[in-house]
Formats: sequence, structure tokens, C-alpha cells
Amino acid sequence: MEKTLLDLRPGMCGTVTRFAGAPGFMQKLRTIGIREGKTLTVVARHPLSGPVVVGIGGREVTLGRGMAQRIMVDVTS
Amino acid sequence: MKTVVLMGNPNVGKSGVFSRLTGTRVIISNYPGTTVDVSRGVTRLLESDVEVIDAPGTYSLSPTCPVEEVAAGILEDADLVINVVDSTNLERNLYLTLEILERGIPVAVALNLWDEAGHQGITIDVEALERLLGVPVVPTVGLAGQGIRELVERLDEARPSETIRPMSEEERWATVGRITGEVQTIAHRHHTLRDRIAEASIKPASGLIIAFGVMAVTFLAVVAIGEGLAEYILEPLFDLYTPFAMQLSEFLGPGILHDILIGHLIDGEIDYEQAMGLLTTGLFVPFAMILPYIVAFYLMLSILEDTGYLPRLATLVDTFFHRLGMHGHGIISVFLGLGCNVPGALATRVLETKKQRFIAATLMSISVPCMAQIAMVFGVLGPFGMHYIVMVFATLMAVYIVVGLILSRVIPGECPEIFLEIPPYRMPNARVTASKTWMRVRGFVGEAIPYLFLGILLVNLLYTAGFLGWLARVFAPLMEVWLGLPAEATAALLVGFLRKDLAVGMLVPLGMTPVQLVIAVTMLSIYFPCVATFVVLLKELGARGMAAAVGVMVTTALIVGGLLRMVLIGF
Ligand SMILES: Nc1nc2c(ncn2[C@@H]2O[C@H](COP(=O)(O)OP(=O)(O)OP(=O)(O)O)[C@@H](O)[C@H]2O)c(=O)[nH]1
Ligand SMILES: [Mg+2]
Repeated sequence: MEKTLLDLRPGMCGTVTRFAGAPGFMQKLRTIGIREGKTLTVVARHPLSGPVVVGIGGREVTLGRGMAQRIMVDVTS
Repeated sequence: MKTVVLMGNPNVGKSGVFSRLTGTRVIISNYPGTTVDVSRGVTRLLESDVEVIDAPGTYSLSPTCPVEEVAAGILEDADLVINVVDSTNLERNLYLTLEILERGIPVAVALNLWDEAGHQGITIDVEALERLLGVPVVPTVGLAGQGIRELVERLDEARPSETIRPMSEEERWATVGRITGEVQTIAHRHHTLRDRIAEASIKPASGLIIAFGVMAVTFLAVVAIGEGLAEYILEPLFDLYTPFAMQLSEFLGPGILHDILIGHLIDGEIDYEQAMGLLTTGLFVPFAMILPYIVAFYLMLSILEDTGYLPRLATLVDTFFHRLGMHGHGIISVFLGLGCNVPGALATRVLETKKQRFIAATLMSISVPCMAQIAMVFGVLGPFGMHYIVMVFATLMAVYIVVGLILSRVIPGECPEIFLEIPPYRMPNARVTASKTWMRVRGFVGEAIPYLFLGILLVNLLYTAGFLGWLARVFAPLMEVWLGLPAEATAALLVGFLRKDLAVGMLVPLGMTPVQLVIAVTMLSIYFPCVATFVVLLKELGARGMAAAVGVMVTTALIVGGLLRMVLIGF
């Protein structure tokens, strides 16, 4: 089922399906390692509309909520 | 002279390789965005002198912030590029590698962090990678210097790649995937204790507890190390020096030269804090009162930087910083600013928009006193009680928040969200820590001492010429009525432009009450940056931005000063 990255609770994994955003935004995400087909884990979701921390390829990346909302994922577990 | 540029993703060890190649000391820290400007060094490579340039890190050649613009721009000057790649993260790094190769410039690739790749069970087929990229590829451990010699030896093989041609973004990603699949094998890896610490320190609840712990330990360590250095090393040195100073004082006899070199004796004795002579206060203030805390602070900062804790802290404070019109990455400029406002101002470059950079730089200049100033505030207010020091810092913190909230609302422009790579935790390297602390301490001694001397000299001259008296009379209404301070404190505000630490010291002989001192030192932090910071801010913000920033500073100073006076002294 397709969800946004923001819908995933900490500990959950998902595969990136597509991005809902401008090309510049997509390029930024891709060059830091968040790309279509990659599996990522949500490490933490900070309260009060704070950032989301995702684990991808053994690395962690912090990104804002607005960005997380524009990343579509297929929940895997 | 040929130009060799070091390029690569942020935090892959470019600066480490640079210092190995050129022998030039540069700041190396474990977080993305350490290098925000280019450093140049000259070295002998391939039998001729070449200029080596250490560029800031970037993920691609399409920049998203000024730091990345610098990196992408410097590529124009390159005759040869050394592309430093993180071997533990090959796939992501190769994107930039391809982009550079597509430009048709001679390239050599350094597979850095080779030691960490080994520990993580990652193996890379170097020969296959070399064949696929069409340029020399050399595994390196920048920190230890391993592989650097081979890298240098193979630079003459660096030529434009024949296998990589310009391609579209889609094709580039496909190529990255294909190459990584062919050359890299990853053994399965178990969760380690380090992974668990890493997770705990970035999650909201456990992260905050850890953050408070880390900050408390850092603060206590700075105080303890600083006091230790002052009490057991530097003050005893001055005790040894006193007889010489006294002899000089007798030799000179009363007169203007005595006033300038030794200053005013109190009951025939030298009071190092108040004498105001070049060879008394001018040496004591920087070396015995400030230096110990500078050393202590930079030592602890270095440890925070090198472990990789700062980006985690940036994540934890992001929500808060976002409300102030920045994002979590802004915390780096606060930490560097606590050492010295100049690198603090430069660190705002990692923020994406003009609005964010303006807010970060202005707030830092207003509310983040540098270590030299902090040490003096502790020295001057400490004897009256800790709660006075708390008053100063609580006020500055409140000002940071309130002004930030206001600026984020009134300044036009966007506030993009945080987007930050978290580096792995690393054990601080003793050599890196020592060299970095030494560089920064030397920076303080080299810049602060001349300005301090100049300041003391100027005070003496202006005082003798009657200028300070005149200035005090002109500003008396503002100082006395609005701020509740003696008119003579005007001179300190004037000197504050040169050196804030000296300015704080100048308040001592005025015999003010502790609350007056609280007001005065708070004003000294807010009203205007010191000249060194001013110059950097002017460059970073532009003339218009700087004018706006000064407007904010002066307004804030007047309002906060008036409020403090009303609360602490009454009408
Ligand atoms: N284990 C190991 N650590 C390394 C190596 N090279 C660099 N480091 C560490 O990696 C971190 C980053 O090094 P820097 O040289 O500052 O990286 P940089 O690429 O210049 O980073 P930016 O200027 O932020 O883009 C530091 O903590 C170094 O100590 C290496 O080969 N092995
Ligand atoms: Mg660097």
C-alpha cells in the first residue's frame, strides 16, 4: 500500500516508489541516497512537527516533515 | 602553476587528504559542512609545483546552498581533480564522480575511509572500478596518510575519462547502480553497541536526556580545565613576573610612559586586572584570564565535532530552530560562535536561503558572546555570585529566542527544512584534536593580542586627549537615564568595537554595582559586533543586509537595556 514517509512509525521500513515534488527537490533527495526502489527505515519522528530521521544504506539522514510528506513509500514491514 | 582541486561529497575526508598532500593545517571535523571556504596550498607533485585547493563538500554539481556553489564554482579552475570518495558509501558518492568525469577534466579517484569500509565488511574491486571509470582509483586512509603516496604517484595517469560520456540524470543513476553492483560486495553486518548509542542519541526522548548530559559535562569540563590551567599554570607564571614588572615600574618613575606600560599602581602594588598598562593588564587579561578558557573550550568543542555529535544535536534542536526561521544546522554557527564569532558567521553559509543566513548571523552576533568575552564576564561578575552570570546568559538566551521569533515573521523569504546527513560516530583522533585546538588557540593569540594592545594604547591616548571625557558627556543622558549606567561606561562600549573582552575589563575600575555590571556586559554583547566579526558579516550579508542587521542590533540593545534597567534597578 502506498503511503507517505511521514505515515511510517519509527521502526517501520518502506521502499521508495516516487516523489511528489519539484525536480530540484527530487535531485536533492536522490544525491543524498534516497531514491526510487531503495528501502529505508524510519529511525525517529520528532514531535511538534519536528524532523524525521531515516536510515538508508547504513546511513542516517535527517529531513523535514514537509519533505517526508512528499516521499511515497510502499510499506514493507 | 597547475591547479589540483579536491572534490567530493561532504565529510568524506577531503580536508584530511588536503593536509596530507600540502602539509597545511586545516580544520577537520566529523560533520558535513566543515569546510565552507576554499583553502589553498602549494606542493610538489609530478615534478612541478602545483596549487592544491580544498573545496567544500557537495553532493552534486547543481548547488543548493552557497557552500555548494563555492564547490561547484571552483571546478572551473581545475586542471586536475582528485575526487575523494567515501568507500563506505560508494553508490551515493559515484553520482558526483560521474558528473565530474562528464566534464572531461583529468580525474583521479581516492577511495578514502578505506579502513572503515574494511571494518564494515565492504569490499570494492579497485581494478574493476578503475576500468569502468577510465581513471586511476587509489584506496586511501586520509587520516593516517595510507595510500597518499600512491595517489600522488598515479596523478600523471589522470586524464579525461574515455568510458564516461555526458548523460542524462536517469542514465547517470542507472550507471551508478550498474557500477556499484559490479564492483562492491557487502558482508552482512550485526547491530553493534555503537549503532544503539547512535539511535538513542537521535530519538526525541532519549536524545534530549543525552543532549542535556553532554552539554552539562561539556560546560563543567570547560570550567574545570580552564580554572585548572589558570590557577596552576598561568597565575603562578605571573607571580614570577611581578618582581620584574615592579622593577620596571620603579625604573620608569611616574609619567606617561609608566602609565602606558605599567598603568596605575594601587597602593604601590600592581593589580593586574585594573592597572591598564600594556605590560600588566595587557598581558594578564589575555594570558591568565582568557587563554585558559579558550584552550579548555576548543578542546571540548573539538571532541564534540570529531565524535560526530553535533549533527545529532542539530536534529534534536531542529523543531526549535525552525520556529526561529532557521533549521537545526544553525546550531553549528552557535557553537563555533561561542569560540569566536568570525567562524560562527562563516558557518551560516550552510543554510540554504538568504533569510535563514541573515537570521542566523544576526542572532549569533547579538546573543552569542565569544569565549574571550565569556571568560571576562565570569572573571568580572563571578566574585559577586553565580546568579549574576546566570542573569546575563538567561537574558541573552531570551533575546535570541524573541528576536528570532520576530525576525522569522517579518523578514521575507523562505525557510527550507533541515536536510542533513548524520555521520557515523567516530573516536576522536588525538592528532586531529591537538592540531585543531592548537590552530584555534594560536588564532586567538595572533589576533587578540595585537588588538588588545592597540585597544589599551588607544584608551590611554584618548583618555589623555580628553576624548573619552567628551564622549561620556555626550552619551550621559542615554547611559545614565536609559540604562542606569555611569557615563564613563561609554568608553567601554567604544572599545567593545575593537575587543569585547577588553571592554568588559574596562568596566571594573568604574566601581559599578553588580546589577549595573549585568546590564553593561549584556549591552556589550548585543549592541554591535567586534570589528573582526563586522568585516566578515559585511561580506556575508552585503551592505544592505549588514545595515539591516545593525538596525536590529542597536534597537535590541536599546530595548533590552531599558528593560533590564527597569527590572533590575527600577526607575
Ligand atoms: N577512519 C577514518 N576517518 C577519516 C578518514 N579520513 C577522514 N576521516 C574522518 O572523517 C571526518 C571528516 O573529515 P574531513 O577531512 O573534515 O572531511 P571533508 O570531506 O573535508 O568534510 P567537509 O569539509 O565537511 O566537506 C573527520 O572526522 C576525519 O577524522 C579515513 O581515511 N579514515
Ligand atoms: Mg573539509
